[in-house]
Amino acid sequence: MTDPIYKTDALIAEDIDAYLETHQHKSLLRFITCGSVDDGKSTLIGRLLYDSKMIFEDQLAALEADSKKVGTQGQEIDFALLVDGLAAEREQGITIDVAYRFFSTEKRKFIVADCPGHEQYTRNMFTGASTADLAVILIDARKGVLVQTRRHSYLCNLIGIRNIVLAVNKMDLIDYDQAKYEAIVADYAAFAAEIGIKSFTAMPISGFKGDNITANSANTPWYSGLPLMAHLETVALDNSTDQAKPFRLPVQWVNRPNLDFRGFSGLIATGSIKPGDAVRVLPGGKTSIVTKIVTLDGEQDEAVAGQSVTLCFADEVDCSRGTVIATADAPPEVSDQFEATVVWMDDDALHVGRSYWLKLGTQMVSAAVHAPKYTVNVNTMEHLAAKTLELNAIGVAELATDKPIVFEPYADSRTLGGFILIDKITNRTVGAGMLHFSLRRAQNVHWQAVDITRDEHARMKNQTPRVLWFTGLSGSGKSTIANEVEKRLNLMNRHTFLLDGDNVRHGLNKDLGFTEADRIENIRRVGEVAKLMTDAGLIVLTAFISPFRAERDMVRGMMADGEFIEIFVDTPLDVAEARDVKGLYKKARSGALKNFTGIDSPYEAPVSPEIRVNTVDMSVEEAADHIIRAILPLK
Amino acid sequence: MTRTLTHLERLEAESIHIMREVVAESEKPVMLYSVGKDSAVMLHLARKAFYPSPPPFPLMHVDTTWKFQDMYKLRDRMAKESGMELLVYHNQEAMDRGINPFDHGPLHTDMWKTEGLKMALDHYGFDAAFGGARRDEEKSRAKERIFSFRTASHGWDPKNQRPELWNLYNARKAKGESIRIFPISNWTELDIWQYIHLNDIPIVPLYFSAPRPTVERDGLLLMVDDDRFPLRAGEVPVERSIRFRTLGCYPLTGAVESEAKTLPEVIQEMLLTTTSERQGRIIDKDGGDASMEKKKQEGYF
Repeated sequence: MTDPIYKTDALIAEDIDAYLETHQHKSLLRFITCGSVDDGKSTLIGRLLYDSKMIFEDQLAALEADSKKVGTQGQEIDFALLVDGLAAEREQGITIDVAYRFFSTEKRKFIVADCPGHEQYTRNMFTGASTADLAVILIDARKGVLVQTRRHSYLCNLIGIRNIVLAVNKMDLIDYDQAKYEAIVADYAAFAAEIGIKSFTAMPISGFKGDNITANSANTPWYSGLPLMAHLETVALDNSTDQAKPFRLPVQWVNRPNLDFRGFSGLIATGSIKPGDAVRVLPGGKTSIVTKIVTLDGEQDEAVAGQSVTLCFADEVDCSRGTVIATADAPPEVSDQFEATVVWMDDDALHVGRSYWLKLGTQMVSAAVHAPKYTVNVNTMEHLAAKTLELNAIGVAELATDKPIVFEPYADSRTLGGFILIDKITNRTVGAGMLHFSLRRAQNVHWQAVDITRDEHARMKNQTPRVLWFTGLSGSGKSTIANEVEKRLNLMNRHTFLLDGDNVRHGLNKDLGFTEADRIENIRRVGEVAKLMTDAGLIVLTAFISPFRAERDMVRGMMADGEFIEIFVDTPLDVAEARDVKGLYKKARSGALKNFTGIDSPYEAPVSPEIRVNTVDMSVEEAADHIIRAILPLK
Repeated sequence: MTRTLTHLERLEAESIHIMREVVAESEKPVMLYSVGKDSAVMLHLARKAFYPSPPPFPLMHVDTTWKFQDMYKLRDRMAKESGMELLVYHNQEAMDRGINPFDHGPLHTDMWKTEGLKMALDHYGFDAAFGGARRDEEKSRAKERIFSFRTASHGWDPKNQRPELWNLYNARKAKGESIRIFPISNWTELDIWQYIHLNDIPIVPLYFSAPRPTVERDGLLLMVDDDRFPLRAGEVPVERSIRFRTLGCYPLTGAVESEAKTLPEVIQEMLLTTTSERQGRIIDKDGGDASMEKKKQEGYF
């Protein structure tokens, strides 16, 4: 170990007040380190922490003991142990999750996101990179540009990191050979240009020996650039670029302590704001003037990107969580159909067409992703055809939201262009994405206003529209019971229509098969048809297996509150299979019929259906009676 | 003309953003308040986040009855000043069985704090709880998300954390499940002190040096804070000039000898010290290497 430069700061001992004054004005740089274990990533981070006095004696002593016990570096200190925080990681010698480390120098404070280096990497690297201003890409000087160097660079560029440092590490092991170093840099430059990286900063270092870390090394007199630490201390921050953009503030929370005060709270994404500035509230589009910027420390003259503030307006404007306050003359777009890059992060692959929660800024809407146009092989950059997105896959696809959202292309705004997808049942964060642009369809297709509204349609029929959604296994009795219910409703002079699974597949949905994706689309179309029929005032009965909870919930979401009645025909598999009216179970068991619900395709039973019937304890007539009683009155 | 935000301004903005997200997306949030310096900063940030409204959630102190007297005083004062409701929770079973740090060792922390916290959250039905943990404190904390998802039995599964991208937090959960939120995750010990200094935030006087009655036991310098402290044969309290870097139950919290009487002096001492902050706390060491990780899996904050 060379003597750490930042370990003692004379100012601390001599004049603490002066030190605090300096520290108070430091800026913050967040960066990510990319590289596999062999590239010396942990050693580099360990050195940065050590050199900036972030490793205390008790931690160092523990580290030395750990190194001897489970380390991979013989008697040397194994810095990886400092970084690997979870017991499972230390025991297995692998890194599972992103770790955040902190250190500071005289000029800046740093937050380092340290990400695992193994193959199943994309998800964690994206998490770490999403908040980074800069990426340090490590290369082992003996090995040069590897497949993983390409992968890391591609991902950093994709998520929009503009400051890239190419740290050619382990220079000591190639005798500080300038020619070899320059060959590696040239090799990387060619690749970087190919994937659209506009510039990068290369430097020859040794994390182990400390060359070009805190000071220029005597071993590389031919290197005229800054040492790593000095570069990190002086590189321009994204935050400054964001301030130059038009003003955007996604509203998080409306502050209403009393009738006299109404403020809108949020984190300024881009631009700056002063009292007197004209603003536009989207998606509504109403304008107003900012009267004051309120904080606990008093009213402010100006606020800039990166600050959390509360704004007050001159007028009463409809503004709530999810709206975006923007500069009046250059507002962002509003759309509901997009092209986007989507990164899949869940073990359960993307279900094309399924409705997920999409969170963008403070907006939360339902969204469905179409079949990917292509996925990217992150090692070769090749575009591949794909039907879905598996864990760690990156693809380009179109997506549609159930209502318009305020957005900007990701290249212009991380806040208004970056989104996550959340599974509606498991609540897991299953994907993340970056919007490219809005599809023109959304802007050109408008709702046509009609004079005869759905309420009037319903009034003319003297009834309340409903969707009676029968779900259950094949052979459970859905169609039979639905048919019986419809007969009774007709006797009561109700206007009804029965949509039957088999019948719909002869026409509207004859282009669909029985894969998961097709089944989702099948239900989506039926849902849309049922919705049109309720708009026309009808009571719609549907008899579809509809095996997935998510799609039934999607249809429920399309309808007005209370309009969707889920009826679970709860017949056990063995009973349905024993009946086997259409001979389908036999075929499925023999393997002649694939993707058959209950046999080789799952049925997700409703958790709390409005009505539950079965055909074991009840006759068809009893089941129909039960349903009719439950849904009355229908006026 | 751009204005470069300082690191403290950026940290403050991030913490405020996190708190507002939680209030907007959870049903019944609460702030866990331990009366230490991290809690002091967290409470101050909450007041900033919602000003001029008071923070729209209560403060909750999961008490062990063994905190320093000065901590109880500051707790009551801060609750009053912030206009927030203060909930104090005691694990009744620990109370009835007389669980204490002198006789029961690790069981004390387990019952009063870990079990006490779980019972308190269940009792009030809180679905989101703010905590003042920082990632620079301990290795497993460095890997914990800002929104840390807990099962209905309060367990933490470190291998199955939700990805957390940009500043988009996923606060969705099923009934019975809850989320612990750490709004000051990215602050370091120095940032905390600096922020207290800049904003004049009230903290417990024990952080500053003063002559206090102490005994030396098992390598720790303990303060005799009240007459429940059972002196061993031969032990006589000695007055020493001490202060605390971190505060917990007084029989479990080691003091350091110090002359630092002002905040700048405290910060100076911290910067020149060579041992880490949690060294004075016994809790990290019960149960070996992965003790904090294990505690967290069981529901400890």
